[in-house]
Amino acid sequence: MDSITEKIKRQSESTRKDRFGRTLSWTALTFIVLVVALIFAFVLSRGLNTFIANKVSVTDFLFGTTWNPSVVNPKTHQPFVGALPMIMGSFLVTFLSAIVATPFAIGTALFMTEIAKKRGAKIMQPIVELLVGIPSVVYGFIGLTVIVPFMRGVVGGSGFGILSGTIVLFVMILPTVTSMTVDTLKSVPRHYRESALAIGATRWQMIYKVILRAATPGILTAVVFGMARAFGEALAVQMVIGNAALMPTGLTTPASTLTSVLTMGIGNTVMGSLQNNVLWTLAMILLLMSLVFNLIIRMIGSKGELK
Amino acid sequence: MNAKLADKIATTVIYVIAGMVALVLFSMLGFILVQGLPHLSWHFLTSPALSFEAGGGIGIQLFNSFYLLVLAMVISFPIALGAAIYLNEYAKKSVWTNIIRTAIEILSSLPSVVVGLFGFLLFVVQFKFGFSILSGAIALSIFNLPLLTRSIETSLAQIPYLQREAGAALGLSRWETVLHVVLPAAVPSIVTGVVLSAGRVFGEAAALIFTAGQSAPALNFMDWNPFNISSPLSPMRPAETLAVHIWKINSEGIMPDLNLVSAGASAVLIIVVLIFNFSARKLGMKLFKKLTSS
Amino acid sequence: MTNPNIDLKPLSEFIVDEAPERYIYDMNSGKHEVAIATKGLQVRYGDKLALSEGDLSFERYKITSLIGASGSGKSTFLRSLNRMNDDVATVSGKIMYRGLDINSADIDVYEMRRHIGMVFQRPNPFAKSIYDNITFALTQRGRYTKEQLDEIVETSLKQAALWDQVKDELNKSALALSGGQAQRLVIARALALKPDILLLDEPSSALDPISSAQVEDTLLELKKDYTIIIVTHNMQQAARISDYTAFFHMGRAIEYDLTRKIFTRPKVALTNDYISGNFG
Repeated sequence: MDSITEKIKRQSESTRKDRFGRTLSWTALTFIVLVVALIFAFVLSRGLNTFIANKVSVTDFLFGTTWNPSVVNPKTHQPFVGALPMIMGSFLVTFLSAIVATPFAIGTALFMTEIAKKRGAKIMQPIVELLVGIPSVVYGFIGLTVIVPFMRGVVGGSGFGILSGTIVLFVMILPTVTSMTVDTLKSVPRHYRESALAIGATRWQMIYKVILRAATPGILTAVVFGMARAFGEALAVQMVIGNAALMPTGLTTPASTLTSVLTMGIGNTVMGSLQNNVLWTLAMILLLMSLVFNLIIRMIGSKGELK
Repeated sequence: MNAKLADKIATTVIYVIAGMVALVLFSMLGFILVQGLPHLSWHFLTSPALSFEAGGGIGIQLFNSFYLLVLAMVISFPIALGAAIYLNEYAKKSVWTNIIRTAIEILSSLPSVVVGLFGFLLFVVQFKFGFSILSGAIALSIFNLPLLTRSIETSLAQIPYLQREAGAALGLSRWETVLHVVLPAAVPSIVTGVVLSAGRVFGEAAALIFTAGQSAPALNFMDWNPFNISSPLSPMRPAETLAVHIWKINSEGIMPDLNLVSAGASAVLIIVVLIFNFSARKLGMKLFKKLTSS
Repeated sequence: MTNPNIDLKPLSEFIVDEAPERYIYDMNSGKHEVAIATKGLQVRYGDKLALSEGDLSFERYKITSLIGASGSGKSTFLRSLNRMNDDVATVSGKIMYRGLDINSADIDVYEMRRHIGMVFQRPNPFAKSIYDNITFALTQRGRYTKEQLDEIVETSLKQAALWDQVKDELNKSALALSGGQAQRLVIARALALKPDILLLDEPSSALDPISSAQVEDTLLELKKDYTIIIVTHNMQQAARISDYTAFFHMGRAIEYDLTRKIFTRPKVALTNDYISGNFG
């Protein structure tokens, strides 16, 4: 046996180092997965308490229209825990802000990528990128000092409500949706544009028939992503929506969302009480909804691939 | 309608939309800066907040924000780095890898208020950390982990596979190659990602209101012993950050000059984020140049 | 197995019907020293069989070329020799090196690769200085004095015919080198480990003709101390530098012989077709 064969058969330092590194990085990854699992376990176990320990019926919770957990309904001997007002509130601000933001985001993204590339890159791009990073409380503060008084002046009332929440969320998700849409439009291959223009299409025909069509899955993903952000946003909305857990009767009357009730309530209830458990159930709905948004984004992704 | 006319109308509409968006975004930034900048002074940036009278500052909140940021980064960076290395260098394509990636994606899309509630339940209540820097830093880390992991993984993936092959052909293990070849080459883009994520962490509030708390007790800036509760470094003291402060004074509505303080604090937040964004790119480019030239 | 003692016919009398399907040169006759040999090597990517029946022996201190169309399995074969395919493919069969089957679990692959080095198609210097590129792998695993390292750098750069061009700028980033220089740096980097066998996977295909010629000269020089196995798609290159040539086709080694025989009178019809440019 020469020295080389001896060496080759022995475990080298590289092998030991690699085993160490592999284990170390695996541990880090496993830790993150564990955290996700823990979050689910904690929120679900707390959230389900409402239905298991407090025996509230799921339909009463989801479709009940009165929210006042500390008062017992004399007819049913159950507390008023109808979460529909907040569920409605959350979905309303989410959909409305997404509906308003989408055309603005697409228009701006088209401006930046197709119409005025230079100005888009020079002026709009940095502004949009900066605004993506602006903390949501800043949006809430602007909502509170500009939008709420404005609404008060125009439609009367307190100025708080779904509409104010929608406007704040619209401004908040607009940069995110725009910048994701810009990325999608940029990823449409150049030859799509060239071949459309070569057959004599106008710029708008090229945009409408070729680019937007090719970019549809990406734009949808951007919008759903914005919706997920809007749905989960807590503080900015809480500052302008009025925080009245009532069924929304109009867009300009005080209302509430899942997140706003949560932020207001969790510090004022006793752990383990029904009043506290129902709040965790709201958190559970938030958690499940973020799963749903995730699923939708995946579905759009896999459909886009098929084309 | 003929195509030319449609083209003209559509172009005009796009111009109008882009103009409106630019106007909204500009005026928003302008509003904060015009309102906030005049209020900024050495006194405002360094003195403690006052609840019931005007003239308070944001000194403690500012310190808390930076302290929490540093702690959150110190906790989350090594974990994110490890996870990114495993995902990009070791994980084979399998059902498991897919599940893990999905889990990280879900964590990144979780509303930050849910992360905050989890932190409240586990650290504040269960572990009895109370409303504290420690609870807040861990919650922020959880909030930061998925995005940081993704950004580091992208940075690693940008380094050509050839470099790993080169290492392997010289009898180096993947770990040695990653540590000494791939990571150094990825440093510029990792730094950019880290600084950008720092901007996000700095402005986060929802994950903190139930973990780091909503009060900022007076600090003794002469006492740097972390075991004293009044020391700025104490990890067990409650610590309201700048972002939480803006939310709290506005929801309470007690402070007489809350609009001025909020505008000033918002301006500080925006400026810090601006600096982070700007320096992330500059730093990344500088490091890249240093790496590729002699 | 084919009969190695088949009688040779002049090329003009070559009749396709009588040509053997395969011809593998018999290395184990005592007068050749075998550096590395394969037995029943099979490589699978998932379910797909990429290489089978590659029973070849390689003589020490000689250059052997592996030729064949792209997708013929020549690169797969080469990369299996120092187990670079371990991560992406399943390799079965034996690879005999110094009396050991190195394709088995109890072999330390990292240590093994220090003795069976590899150079790739595209120059892949590390984003480090020229000096560090060469010393990096060494210092990872052993203690060397500055003098020792300096000496190794100089020797291996000289061996790779790069020393004169870079001796004054050893601290310059290797990324600043031209393609040909970078490839010779990569060769020097491999030589610094003093390997037994050097595997090269189309080392000059990404280079201009002048750099390519420099690399060829380097290899001929290295033959004195190293066993070299090189994959090339350039038949002139194979003919110029190698002592033995193996022709691969559809995942099989079809013909393996002395280079001069392969290029003057191949025994297998397919080989003849390939080297005379009738396909590929």
